[in-house]
Amino acid sequence: MEGKDLQGYKGKAREILQKYNVRVWGEVVIQSTRGEFKGRVLPRAENTDDIHIVLKVNTGYNIGIDINTITDIKEIGYNVANYAIPEKQFPCTEGLPHVKLLGTGGTIASRLDYRTGAVIPAFSPGELYGAVPELADICNLDTEKIFAVFSENMGPEQYIKLAEAIGNEIEKGIDGIVIGHGTDTLHHTGAALTFMCQNLPVPVVLVGSQRSSDRPSSDAALNLMHAMTAAGRGNIAEVMICMFGPTSDEYGLLHKGTRVRKMHSSYRSTFRTIGDTPLAMVTRKGVEPIKKIFNTRRNDKNVIIKPYFSDKVTMVYYYTGMKPDVIDGLVAAGYKGIIFVGTGLGHVNKLIYPAIRRAQEAGVHMYMTLQTIWGYVQMYVYDTGRDMMAMGIIPAGNMLPEVAYIKLGWALGQTDDHEEVKRLMLTPINDEITEREPYNGYLVYQGGVPEVEEFIKKVHK
Amino acid sequence: MKKTQFDPEKNYIETREKIGYVPRTEATQETYDKIGFMSGLEVHQQLLTEKKLFCHCKAGVFHKNEEFDAEIVRHMRPTLSELGEYDGTALMEFKTKKEIVYRINNENACTYEVDDTPPFIINKEALNKALQITMLSKFNLVGEVHITRKQYLDGSIPTGFQRTAILGVEGEIQLRNKKVRLIQLSIEEDSCREISDIGHRRIYKTDRLGMPLIETVTYPDMVNPDEVKEACDYIRFLNRSSNNVRIGMGATRQDVNVSCKGGTRIEIKGVAHTKWIPELTHNECFRQWALLAIQKELKNRFASENEMQNWKTNYAELNFDEFKITTEAIKQAKENNHKLIAVNIPKFKGILSHFTQPGKCFADEISDRLKVIACIEKPNMIHNELPNQPITPVDMEIIQLIMQTDEENDSLIIFWAPEADVKTALETIEERCKMAFFEGVPKETRKSFENGTTIFERVLPGADRMYPDTDSTPIPLDNNELEELRKNIPEDVCERINQFQKWQFPEDTFTYLLSKNLFSIIKQTIDLDFNPKFIAKLFGHFLKNYEGKNQNIKIDYNKIIELLKFIKNNHLECEIAFKMLPKIFTNIDNNFENILSEIKFKKYSQEEILSKIDSLSYDFDKVAKERNTKNKIAWIMEELRDTAIGNINLTELKNNIANRI
Repeated sequence: MEGKDLQGYKGKAREILQKYNVRVWGEVVIQSTRGEFKGRVLPRAENTDDIHIVLKVNTGYNIGIDINTITDIKEIGYNVANYAIPEKQFPCTEGLPHVKLLGTGGTIASRLDYRTGAVIPAFSPGELYGAVPELADICNLDTEKIFAVFSENMGPEQYIKLAEAIGNEIEKGIDGIVIGHGTDTLHHTGAALTFMCQNLPVPVVLVGSQRSSDRPSSDAALNLMHAMTAAGRGNIAEVMICMFGPTSDEYGLLHKGTRVRKMHSSYRSTFRTIGDTPLAMVTRKGVEPIKKIFNTRRNDKNVIIKPYFSDKVTMVYYYTGMKPDVIDGLVAAGYKGIIFVGTGLGHVNKLIYPAIRRAQEAGVHMYMTLQTIWGYVQMYVYDTGRDMMAMGIIPAGNMLPEVAYIKLGWALGQTDDHEEVKRLMLTPINDEITEREPYNGYLVYQGGVPEVEEFIKKVHK
Repeated sequence: MKKTQFDPEKNYIETREKIGYVPRTEATQETYDKIGFMSGLEVHQQLLTEKKLFCHCKAGVFHKNEEFDAEIVRHMRPTLSELGEYDGTALMEFKTKKEIVYRINNENACTYEVDDTPPFIINKEALNKALQITMLSKFNLVGEVHITRKQYLDGSIPTGFQRTAILGVEGEIQLRNKKVRLIQLSIEEDSCREISDIGHRRIYKTDRLGMPLIETVTYPDMVNPDEVKEACDYIRFLNRSSNNVRIGMGATRQDVNVSCKGGTRIEIKGVAHTKWIPELTHNECFRQWALLAIQKELKNRFASENEMQNWKTNYAELNFDEFKITTEAIKQAKENNHKLIAVNIPKFKGILSHFTQPGKCFADEISDRLKVIACIEKPNMIHNELPNQPITPVDMEIIQLIMQTDEENDSLIIFWAPEADVKTALETIEERCKMAFFEGVPKETRKSFENGTTIFERVLPGADRMYPDTDSTPIPLDNNELEELRKNIPEDVCERINQFQKWQFPEDTFTYLLSKNLFSIIKQTIDLDFNPKFIAKLFGHFLKNYEGKNQNIKIDYNKIIELLKFIKNNHLECEIAFKMLPKIFTNIDNNFENILSEIKFKKYSQEEILSKIDSLSYDFDKVAKERNTKNKIAWIMEELRDTAIGNINLTELKNNIANRI
């Protein structure tokens, strides 16, 4: 029997199927010590054991049958599921802005195959139109899959490809760009593209979803509509992340690619601007700026693409009891830049000082950021801070750790010169370091406090 | 032109007779065979667990509508099925454009309930309890449990799907006269409770959401309404016999599927009491029968298939000010700046007032859909076949003239709605009318009422709404663990019924004893050597009555065993139990001696009591107006009763009195 007929089955389960001459997609009747079971054999998921066969029974449910209980199997029919995805022509409407959707591999919209349970991604304009027809009221859409990687596998190579693709689209005269992206590292990409695509004339909007689009309660469709609105109709020409404001289906927020962070593993409203307010709110009606100053849309094509990145940069999240060999090891491995994520105002313990000194001597570029996420590095307050600065660690202001990592990689991709790197690092391109933290830039409310309870009873968070 | 006056009431009665409707009290098996009555059940039963099924919130903690800490808003979007089409229900729910509001109380809901946290590993306590019931129902147990998502777009579950899994397939239950086959048993999470559904806003609370539930599905093996109730009761009793389930309001709910010959499977959702089932299934079967009659009648009115295909309604907006309006709802509509629309329904004369259910006609089918699909609150329409017309005959004439209604053939609907909902309303009316001749009985789920009637709830979802839950991994069911669970399952309900019959318990005690799962308690009392007749009376009549009257008192049935042991040990006569029992549940110190003194019981020997008969007999002769033996015995019994109870068997006493006088 051919391998594809036993899709996913291995070991003993595979042997049993072979023994009774039964295929995946076969309609079968199984006799077992637990009684009779009828259904269609489904492919077995990877990383599952080899002692069960999966059946879809005719009520639509799946069940597993323990092969050790099986006394007989008969195949009484066979019907392969096929996965044709329906496409509808995405309508072209005169007067609507032209938006380009660049795919990176994350699922933007999808369709379910009930027979297999597979989630089939929808990506072409036609497929997207089938899934989210409202998009046709917002813009004229074109799509291109740049590459296909999961969010956690995004890296320098992909940042560079994306930056170049953005440059090309702007050259072709697009009105706005949307990038579909997994959410885990959305903010890394947001920072990278901010540094690589400067002086943007049009919006570049990164969007993802926290609940996959095969679920009726998914945030994907609304996020996509918000992103298209921001890209096609919005006046903010920056690299932005567009995700849910509250967990409710109400409005999206546009965050600067350099000031945003994923703050919850699974919440819809997981992306938050840190140390500042978000750029704007967005609904299907349009973009409502929150910040008064931003880069506005222009008619020219004068974007500056700087697609540089060095992979010799690393990040050290300090913990109490850290030993010098951690730093020594990184230096020995050839890393040229280290972003420290220090405690409090930006500290590490004295035990690793010798290693820091050795790193300095080896010419490693070192910057300090904060585990506290919010606030500024301040290394003058305590002696330890001054000691560290003396050893070449440069405070990175209120730059977020991940952003500092991306920026150092980008800077070292251009030069090795310490002064030039320092200039690049500390000269903000788009608020990765801000001069001031507004009072409403730090808001982490605590539940249980009466006024907070009163607030969240009325206002959706 | 001379017109024949159409009498809607007469039409209603005539059509009811024509289809052969009879009230349930007059129906026989023959009646049901004639219309092809067929019914199956989906019985939902909450499991008794500490926590919810997929998160660690407490189960069974409920709160009032207004007790919430936060609200969130969601909209449900249909996802495409494999044919690239939206599921029927999906389309309807999307059309209604409902804003779903969830009320969250921190005590019983976490971020899992609102779909902001993935599921935790399935609650083992719930799974084991469900497996025991699966065994009791004689299902074939699966080898591996696969959590599946079942789509629900009405918002009753914030994810848009219910996590559910099959534990067993192909079971059976033994009713009095037949075996009923069971399709499957699944474990699933319970849904939200609806607070309100007005216009485009539906509000739910999340306290019940996620509680573990089992669903037992039967084949459509029941052929008359009483059999459906019997099967349903049986499944409920079976569930309760396991001691693994919750009882009380809403802990057991059933969906009842009914069809008639030529009809379709209609699901009557959330029937709260099994005693409603016979009337509901009876009426639903006849509703379908009536709809088929309507279909036949309408088809006859079309000259060709082509004419039928091209059939459509026409409508016009009316001006509120041009008519004399007495109906409060229309006045309201005018004040709210809603639209008033007349719709001409060609060839539908006599159909709108056609009988469908007791007190309901075909027009109600349309009105129900206007409420649910177009979100227009009732009353939402009137029509020209109403017995008490709220529009003057002159106005109706004018409107019919505007609409070019052919009075001999057409009928007319007037509805009112916010402008944004008019389009959906028009589509809904036309769609329902077309269904009348194309489909006859549209596939739908219906909501039940105590009076035995139902209203449209949703379009029946298709089968293609199941898909695996990618957030969880399959759970293998180990043979040894299953055998361990099997050790603690009770005997079958039908065996219990047999035993009750052997003990000669009266039939009317069975329902109470089984629904309260008192079998094992009763068995213990009979093992104490009490007369089954006395036990049947004590539990099946006295306790049932007591419990019915004292619903706020928590009954600890084990205390009754203690009481009976006390009676036995103190050589009291068993009748004393009737006097003591009401006290044992309210008596805190649990001291039966104290209860005895509370009821002023004094210990007498039989001789002491019997010795009083002679003097009482003498007293009776003095006071009695009618001196016959029967009265005398009764009177002496009454005089002695309080002293006698507990000291001497009352029948024995009576015999003694009769002998002595």
